[in-house]
Amino acid sequence: MLEFTLPSLGSDMDEGKLLEWKIKLGDRVRKGQVVAIVDTSKAAVDVEIWFDGTVHELLIEPGATIPVGTVLATLLAPGEKAGTPATGRRKVSPAARKHAEALGIDVDTLAGSGPGGAVTLADVDATAAQSSLGRQAATSDRQAEMRKAIAAAMSRSKREIPHYYLSEAIAMERAQAWLSEANAGRPITGRLLMAALHLKAVALALKKYPEMNGFFRDGAFQPVAAAHIGVAISMRQGGLIAPAIHDVGEKTLDEVMRDLADLVKRARAGSLKSSEMSDPTITVTNLGEQGVESVYGVIYPPQVALVGFGRIAPRPWVDAAGWLCVTPVLTASLAADHRVSDGHRGALFLAELRDWLQQPDKL
Amino acid sequence: MKISYREAMRQAMHEALAGDPRVFLMGEDVGKYGGTYAVSKGFIEEFGPEWIRDTPLSELGFVGAGIGAALGGMRPIVEVMTVNFSLLALDQIVNTAAVLRHMSGGQFSVPLVVRMATGAGRQLAAQHSHSLENWYAHIPGIRVLAPATIGDARGMLAPALADPDPVIIFEHAQLYNLEGELADDWQCDIARAAVRREGSQVSVFAYGGCLPKAMQAAAELAEAGIDAEVVDLRVLRPLDTESIAASVRKTHRAVVVDEGWKSGSLAAEVVARIVEDCFYDLDAPPVRVCSAEVPIPYARHMEEAALPQPAKIVAAVKELLNA
Repeated sequence: MLEFTLPSLGSDMDEGKLLEWKIKLGDRVRKGQVVAIVDTSKAAVDVEIWFDGTVHELLIEPGATIPVGTVLATLLAPGEKAGTPATGRRKVSPAARKHAEALGIDVDTLAGSGPGGAVTLADVDATAAQSSLGRQAATSDRQAEMRKAIAAAMSRSKREIPHYYLSEAIAMERAQAWLSEANAGRPITGRLLMAALHLKAVALALKKYPEMNGFFRDGAFQPVAAAHIGVAISMRQGGLIAPAIHDVGEKTLDEVMRDLADLVKRARAGSLKSSEMSDPTITVTNLGEQGVESVYGVIYPPQVALVGFGRIAPRPWVDAAGWLCVTPVLTASLAADHRVSDGHRGALFLAELRDWLQQPDKL
Repeated sequence: MKISYREAMRQAMHEALAGDPRVFLMGEDVGKYGGTYAVSKGFIEEFGPEWIRDTPLSELGFVGAGIGAALGGMRPIVEVMTVNFSLLALDQIVNTAAVLRHMSGGQFSVPLVVRMATGAGRQLAAQHSHSLENWYAHIPGIRVLAPATIGDARGMLAPALADPDPVIIFEHAQLYNLEGELADDWQCDIARAAVRREGSQVSVFAYGGCLPKAMQAAAELAEAGIDAEVVDLRVLRPLDTESIAASVRKTHRAVVVDEGWKSGSLAAEVVARIVEDCFYDLDAPPVRVCSAEVPIPYARHMEEAALPQPAKIVAAVKELLNA
């Protein structure tokens, strides 16, 4: 028997509210499949399961708020037989099924109070009443809750993490020229954004400087080989969220771009996956669009570094031949954890990042 | 005015006999003896042996004679002592009375009323106690009534006699001594079921001798905080599907009480119609409370155990509501 527990979807989460089951008794699930939707203080998150199995029991009702680590469901491992034989189709009264369908409630997520555990009209009504309350509460409290969560995480960061900051002005003429050329033949929807180049360049630079990528936990640094880059996305109603694009280093620019667009869309629609919430190994924030020249970020614990990008703007610049000219310039910054790395390595990392952005065709 | 079911039925027949020279009563012991259940007591003295006719013990013969009289323009009321004995007259009722309009292309009608006692509860054993209403309710061409209240006992006979086709009236033997107020507006139709008690959580369908039991069960359920609706089927053929469905759509649960045996019963027919018409309104599977599938026993305790009882109805409802 396998236990599926409520995962922590970020260092600032210690409880969550189960909004909806995406599985029902007897379902076969695969590792990585979205099995539930859990409301954290920041967003409703699609929670993925981390093993294969067959759903044996759903222990928590939608609507319940439970601490991280609570067993949500038990599953039979592949090949494992249940102690009691499966009873076949769930008992749901026809009236309850029809009513639930009209209300958009999945009857398989309801507990039955009727004879033999059958789901009845009353059960559907009770859940409908509860979830409409929950939804109201969710939207009205969401902003306040998110503010609280950000406050907690950032306070912890500034309290625990000895930040050091570096910055580097990077000539972006080549990157811009390459990007214009690459986008020339593309439809608007297929165009690359500079943000994708930034992310890929960060991922490639991390390969050489792995001490920027990973977690600081229990007094030790745990490096992570893959670059799961958390992208800071500001929410329309305020606050921000930084879900991950996985394995950026192994993806093509087109793939990174597609993932970025998808992530922003889903973050704002409130359908992020649990792995995206809990996996980021480093965060990238980009405030260029807001017009600032540079940004020095606060590290999101337990990560150990944050890369910030400002606006690309024309600046006076001395070129390779020693001539003064005007060229588009980007200020990249690094906030890093001094417990894990030193300014020297940080500087080399930023230089590596700069060099990658001079070779956009290799990204 | 408070009267008995027997008196209500007697008044209805008296009115018919006095008001229409075509109406006469015929059957075993209806004359000199005053009727097996004393419904026609005093009639032979008042109306004479021409109109109140004692017959030999031959159901086949006297029901057939009644059909002949009806074809000849009379409005006979034929009394059969119990539904068990009526089986001897099935050929006349099913093969003649029920089909003549159809087989004559509408040239003949059989305006016959057959009254018969039905049901158990009086220690009359297996040959006098059965409930075979469903046998007749199966047959197209006849109307089957089950008056279960004082009002229906008083009111159903007149429209039955006015019906141009055969009508069978089942009088549950346990009801004759039932006493109650006869409302001024006792006139009634012979087409619709009747809601005898409004309720919201479960519909209890019953007819004939089971109606008072269902009402008693509903009263007990009310004390337990369960709001049961009681629907009197009244007309067993053609069943008032519309009223049945309306009640189920309101309460979403159905218990059907029937003194017949479950297998092939009227209760089975009612449940089938509920499922056909109200499937998506049902919040629980329909339940039947019927007689045990044995010949009705003679011993009192065994007879009681074999029949639907208020306690069984209460238990069925509670189980349905998981209460």
